[in-house]
Formats: sequence, structure tokens, C-alpha cells
Amino acid sequence: MIYYLLCMLLFVIGLYGVLVKRNLIKIIIGLVLMEYATFLFLALVGYKKGGTAPIITKGFEKAVFVDPLPQALVLTAIVIGLATTALVVSIAVRIYQRYGTFDVKEIRRLKE
Amino acid sequence: MRGMTLIVKTITRLIVGLIFLYGIYIVFHGHLTPGGGFAGGIIIAGAFILLVLAEGSEELSTEVKKWRASLFESLGIFIFWLLAILGLFTGSVFFLNLLPKGKEYHLFSAGIIPLCNIGIGLEVAAAIFAIFITFAVLKLGGKE
Amino acid sequence: MIDLYILLIFMIIGAIVAIEVKDLLSSVVAVGAVGLGLSIVFLILKAPDVAITQLVVEILCLIILIRATLKKDLPFSTSGRWVLNTVITIGFIAVFLIAAMKCLRELPEFGYPTMKVASTYLKEGLSETGATNLVSSVILNYRAYDTLGEVTVLFTAVMGVIVVLRKIGRRTREKLPDETKVTGSRKIEEK
Repeated sequence: MIYYLLCMLLFVIGLYGVLVKRNLIKIIIGLVLMEYATFLFLALVGYKKGGTAPIITKGFEKAVFVDPLPQALVLTAIVIGLATTALVVSIAVRIYQRYGTFDVKEIRRLKE
Repeated sequence: MRGMTLIVKTITRLIVGLIFLYGIYIVFHGHLTPGGGFAGGIIIAGAFILLVLAEGSEELSTEVKKWRASLFESLGIFIFWLLAILGLFTGSVFFLNLLPKGKEYHLFSAGIIPLCNIGIGLEVAAAIFAIFITFAVLKLGGKE
Repeated sequence: MIDLYILLIFMIIGAIVAIEVKDLLSSVVAVGAVGLGLSIVFLILKAPDVAITQLVVEILCLIILIRATLKKDLPFSTSGRWVLNTVITIGFIAVFLIAAMKCLRELPEFGYPTMKVASTYLKEGLSETGATNLVSSVILNYRAYDTLGEVTVLFTAVMGVIVVLRKIGRRTREKLPDETKVTGSRKIEEK
């Protein structure tokens, strides 16, 4: 139970970064931290005490296995997270080339 | 982007082939050992990224590389879709696992899964390399 | 599971460092440390597939982030609006954590999951697909639609990156005099 709370704490730190910070790169870092917290939560749900990795090896066909379903979900989500991070960073680079700054308040002021 | 020192360039020429081979190993044995198409594809892209980082991107022609990366990316997705639709042609469901499942622990077993891994590995490697090339030719801070 | 505790606390400290430090390069390095800690946590939770993928993806994410960060950070001004913003955010986070604590009691206890669907995958996986890596058989045989969707999302995101970062011609050069006035005055103030 404490593990789930620590995972929520990591998520909340990322959320604080997205909502409060004014630098675009810090906002992106907050997004990345929220993604990591989600992967951690999914992997924690699928753990079985005393289980091994879900790969059948010779001589251990009847062992107790960990849940393979959350691992499949996390595997897909990690690569999607990389793709969206690349897209968001490219938009941030374009904003810097256009306005000359990374500060969100300055960009809002310069836009008018 | 400038290249790196002479030591890094020499070591890169020795190591790049090994990294590429290791990535292909992880893709091909995806149904027997941990790994699979995603991790193997990114390792293959890592070999090419190391080459570009060490030699510097001014000497390599990045336009040709971007075009070739897109070609391989589309080829990878095309292989994956083709394997999926193959099930429809034999009159059954969409993703039917139709090749013979051989003996376990062998390389050519598990039906359609190794071919799917190859398609995914190709696609992921080309996509990640295209992203890196796009970021490498960027001229940041062009306002000053 | 004392090692899991230590690694989780290390990740939280790394996250706090990543958010609060003024230098952009240091915060990117701290994010890298959090990602590597996450990879080790995946190994402890007996998921080697996921650990390999998280490691290599973390390295690539670091490369992309470092390429886009600059050497200086902007000075942080504390105007009135900022204090109100932070207080509201902390209040919202407190409500979120209290609600999360109530909901997390409903989950099964850590280490004893109810594997209703997964027990079928574990029993029949080898005989139905012939693959000894059960996670691969779940990704590419039982849940192949999700993999198809994921490949499509990756393709679309890469197309988006290439389109956004295209070389624009001379159109943006004419707007240069307006911005140099603003940034020029700020540079004089900093010196």
C-alpha cells in the first residue's frame, strides 16, 4: 500500500511541474515524470509475491509466474511516450525560434 | 553539429557493427528471450545514431538519409499490415496465426510472431533514426 | 522489499531535483536518473522485457531533450499572480492525494493480484502460440490490435516531427526587427 502512495507522490510532483512552472522545458519534464509514474503504477499492480519472470525456460515449466498483461501494456506505452515527447519538444523548439524565449508568460504577451 | 575527437571516431568504427548485430539478435529472438521488436529496433537505431554523432552531421548528406529512413519505415509497417491481412485471405479472422508452430525453444517456431517482430523492428528503427536526423540538422537560436 | 523502498525514494528525490533546479541541463540529467531508477525497479518487479525497453528509450529521450535545451534559464519573478497559482495548485494536489488514498484501498493487496484473464494466458500460451516468451505472445497474438495501434501512433508522431521542423525559407527573417527590440533591452538589464 505504501508503494502505491509513493507512486502517487511521483505523479503529483510531475503535476506540480506542469501547473506551476513557467519554463516550457520544465513543463515537458513534468509531463515525462507523470508518464513514469503511470508506468510504475501499472507494473506494481501486476506483481505476484514469489513469482518469476513470465518466460518459460527448460526445467521450469510449472513455476509461478508474474502477471504478463500489465507488462504488455507498459511495453506499448513506453514507445508511445517517447514519440509524444519528441513531438512536444519539436513544438517547443519551434516556439523558441519564433519568439526567442521559453517563458510562457512572455510568449503570451508577445503574441498580441 | 561537429564531430568528436579521434579516439571516439576510432572506437566507433570498431563498435558500430557489434551494436547492429546485437540489435538484430534481440529482434530475431523476440519469442524466446526478453526483448522483442521494440527494444531491438531502438538498439539498431542506436548504432546509426552513434555513427552520426561521432562523425559530425556536416559531412554526411542528411537529405538522402531522411528519405531512406522514411522508405524503411513505410516498408516495416507494410510488412506488419501484410501479415495481418493474410489471415483475411484464408477466410478467417484478422490476425490469424497461420504459419506452423514448430517445436518450442527453436528459432523457427511460433507461427507469425518472428515475422511480426521483424516488421516492427524495422519500423521502429527507421522512425527513431528519422527523429534524430531531424533534430540533428536543426540550427537552434537562429534569431541572433 | 527494502530495495524497492530505497529505489522509490531515490526516484522521488530525483524528481524533486529535476523540477526545482534552475539550470536546464541539470534538470534533464536528473530526469535521466529517474528513468534509470525506473528501469532497475522494473527488474526487481520481475519484468525483463520492460526493463530493456525502458533503458534504451530513456537514453533516446535524454538525447532529444539535451538537443533542445539551452545554457541559460530565465529569471523567476514572483508577481502576485504566482502566489495564488501555487496555493491553488497545492490545495488541488492535497484533495487529489486524499481521494487517491481512499481509492487505493479498493485495490487487491500488493503481491496478490487477481489474475482472471492472465491465468488463461499463462496456461494456454505455450500450446496455442508456440512462443516461450509469454509477454511476446500476449503482445503479438492475444492483443495484436494494440500493437497495430501503437505502430500507427509512432508513425504519425514521426511524421508530425518531420513536418513541424521543416526548414522555412525567408518568411521569418522579416519579423526579426520586432523581437530584437524586446530581447535587446532584456539583455542590457541582465548585464
